[in-house]
Amino acid sequence: MLEQSYYEKADEIVAQYGDEARFLIPIIQDIQSCYRYLPPELLSYVAKKLHINEAKAYSVATFYENFSFDAKGKYILRVCDGTACHVRKSMAILDQLYKETGLSKEKHTTDDMLFTLETVSCLGACGLAPVMTVNDVVYPSMTPEKVTELIKKLKEEG
Amino acid sequence: MKIDSMEALETARENAVSNIKADTHRILVCAGTGCIAGGSEKIYDKLKKMADEAEGVTVEMIVEATGEFHPESVNRDSTASSGSDIVSTDGETIITAINGDFMEKEAAASEMKEETDKTSKVTTVKGRVGVKKSGCHGFCEMGPLVRIEPYNYIYIKVREEDCEEIFNETILHGRPVERLMYQKDGVLYRQQEEIPFYAKQTRLVLKNCGHINAEDINEYLAVGGYQALEKVLSSMTPDEVINVISDSNLRGRGGGGFPTGYKWKQVARQEEKIRYVVCNGDEGDPGAFMDRSVMEGDPHKMLEGMIIAAFAVGAQEGYIYVRAEYPLAIKRLKIAIAQAEEAGFLGDHILGTDFSFRIHINRGAGAFVCGEGSALTASIEGQRGMPRTKPPRTVEQGLFAKPTVLNNVETYANISMIILNGADWYKSIGPEKSPGTKAFALTGSVKNTGLIEVPMGTTLREIVYEIGGGLKNDAELKAVQIGGPSGGCLITSDLDVSLDFDSLKSLGAMIGSGGLVVMDENTCMVEVARFFMNFTQNESCGKCVPCREGTKRMLETLERIVAGNGKPEDLDLLQELGEAITDTALCGLGKSAALPVLSTLKNFREEYLEHVVEKRCKTGTCKALVRYKIDAGKCKGCSKCARNCPVNAISGEIKKPFVIDTTKCIKCGACIDNCAFGAVYTEN
Repeated sequence: MLEQSYYEKADEIVAQYGDEARFLIPIIQDIQSCYRYLPPELLSYVAKKLHINEAKAYSVATFYENFSFDAKGKYILRVCDGTACHVRKSMAILDQLYKETGLSKEKHTTDDMLFTLETVSCLGACGLAPVMTVNDVVYPSMTPEKVTELIKKLKEEG
Repeated sequence: MKIDSMEALETARENAVSNIKADTHRILVCAGTGCIAGGSEKIYDKLKKMADEAEGVTVEMIVEATGEFHPESVNRDSTASSGSDIVSTDGETIITAINGDFMEKEAAASEMKEETDKTSKVTTVKGRVGVKKSGCHGFCEMGPLVRIEPYNYIYIKVREEDCEEIFNETILHGRPVERLMYQKDGVLYRQQEEIPFYAKQTRLVLKNCGHINAEDINEYLAVGGYQALEKVLSSMTPDEVINVISDSNLRGRGGGGFPTGYKWKQVARQEEKIRYVVCNGDEGDPGAFMDRSVMEGDPHKMLEGMIIAAFAVGAQEGYIYVRAEYPLAIKRLKIAIAQAEEAGFLGDHILGTDFSFRIHINRGAGAFVCGEGSALTASIEGQRGMPRTKPPRTVEQGLFAKPTVLNNVETYANISMIILNGADWYKSIGPEKSPGTKAFALTGSVKNTGLIEVPMGTTLREIVYEIGGGLKNDAELKAVQIGGPSGGCLITSDLDVSLDFDSLKSLGAMIGSGGLVVMDENTCMVEVARFFMNFTQNESCGKCVPCREGTKRMLETLERIVAGNGKPEDLDLLQELGEAITDTALCGLGKSAALPVLSTLKNFREEYLEHVVEKRCKTGTCKALVRYKIDAGKCKGCSKCARNCPVNAISGEIKKPFVIDTTKCIKCGACIDNCAFGAVYTEN
């Protein structure tokens, strides 16, 4: 069971849009941007509010890649693996990040909840390839050396 | 202020123009995603502060931007204050020295240039410096970019430390800062338009990107914005609008190339009167970002196109579906919509007429398939974004099962200029059957990467070698991947083919959304095919079997090949599967999913064969195919490598060269890392 404040927040967001089924996606997007993940309890809660069954809401939330039922780290690292980044060796960036954070293809978030590592298909910053983002701030023309520096800096900032 | 009549619009436009005119200088700091990543926001803040502090000071202006300048000849009536040449003398009378808008200023400048026969003219004016955040200039690799008007100087790779010099030299004294200007082959390019990257382009859709403040509707008005809407609402019927668009042969820029006018006509003739206009800004193709640049750099141009579409088909509401990966585009669109509502271009009784229209924004949630029409509308409705079988088509039953015009960002951005200049003008650009310009995102192993716009029918050679400046490190061109995961590869023999919807189709490729990724000799085409298949497989929504299962099997086969376990018959299997998926998948994503593989199989069969027969990847990209060897000349026979090898693949006699058994080797690299004599090497 989540704290009461979570449900109040959800009420607030639902009130902004209205309780129609078509607002399900923007509502859960807002909830996710608030908590950096989508607490499953809130998905059920919102489904009830919008008069849609839970299964339906769950099917929508799991369809879209952006929704996550797992809490994410403080820094969400996204490595672009779009075509332009890929041909400019984005995989070396990802490998270096795995090395620096101890994360892997299967493990996305560090135990101390500091880092979450994801890949994205294209950030649309192809002219600066390879790129990565940290909480939506774009870091251009990355190299494995820059990755080491960046992770060190983020760890220091804690 | 609400503009409720055509007359009020005229006044608003005049005010907007005179407001811009009142600026003696404009500093446009690029605030596209790329330049922001390079720190352009700090540059903006700093220049803005300097401009505010210098409000009303007398500055020197060179009335001959490209020639030599003689600062000594200037009447230096300024006295230094606060560390720079900031003074507060009365310059009111001098400001009239150059009057008119920038175009006139430039004209005046060139006239004066002729008159004075290359002696420059310096005048002093009371400065008013407008510092603006502009949209993307497209030359992202050279960012952050700063443009200075009226000189049209473009400064590249600007850093925060450069701001003072820019301000003190260029703004206060009209002198260019040459070290920040683009140089190539010993030539210095002062003005943006002279740089080869720009000189070969035809920027119509992207005309305002980088030249106006994207967050200020007045700047759009000042460059003639909403003039097309004015023309439509005051002198045209919906049918006339549709006819102009039909006559112009404008084809959808989202990739399909469907005639836009015909689409509008179909919606207009539906019996159902509730209709929608939807903009597809779900630019999911990796390697494409032209729509992002329009949304970020000139959002009103796109809104104006949508409003005109709504008028033409009788729609009451519109939706823009934008990728969640584009937060800046979403922000700028929200600002633009709010300003357009406030000014009366959106909402009830637009410009005092009976026409009412509203626009909403929906954010994507990370599903590539939502770029497909029926999946996109399902997503706006709050459903899983899965395509459905057609008919009924989107024009009959689209969003909320109502007739819907669904066009791409770039398509809408073309509308206003077609309305203003006419269908014949539009058809005069590029091939008649697929006219106009197309924006391409030029990326990969090319010297100048960025966003470009060229007339349809431009050849690949012009784009890669003239605009792109050739390949990085002067490498050999291998292929150009066009159209992302739905497109194909063009090879050197295709360099002179005209790039338009029809000729590309005949080559088994497509324009798609316009990503052009240049690949050099170091790129492994099998790995590229695997990369795209991995992408489509990930993004397959799973509704239809051919795409869900077929792409999975194709991916497995390709993975087997790059891992060195491929068989020659795998190539036939890929071909057969690819053709089956193309023929039977439900939606456009599925139908084109196999194209990258089929096209590389056709053009680079040799390379596939090398992978499956010789188990060799010449480019060294496929790590599993790399062979570890010991150089007998360098090996001292110390046995260290053999002791470190986890699979006992290395053997030999002490003090004699050791050998690696490649059949046992797992390519872990332990031998290379541990050899003190550098005797272990890899061979592709």
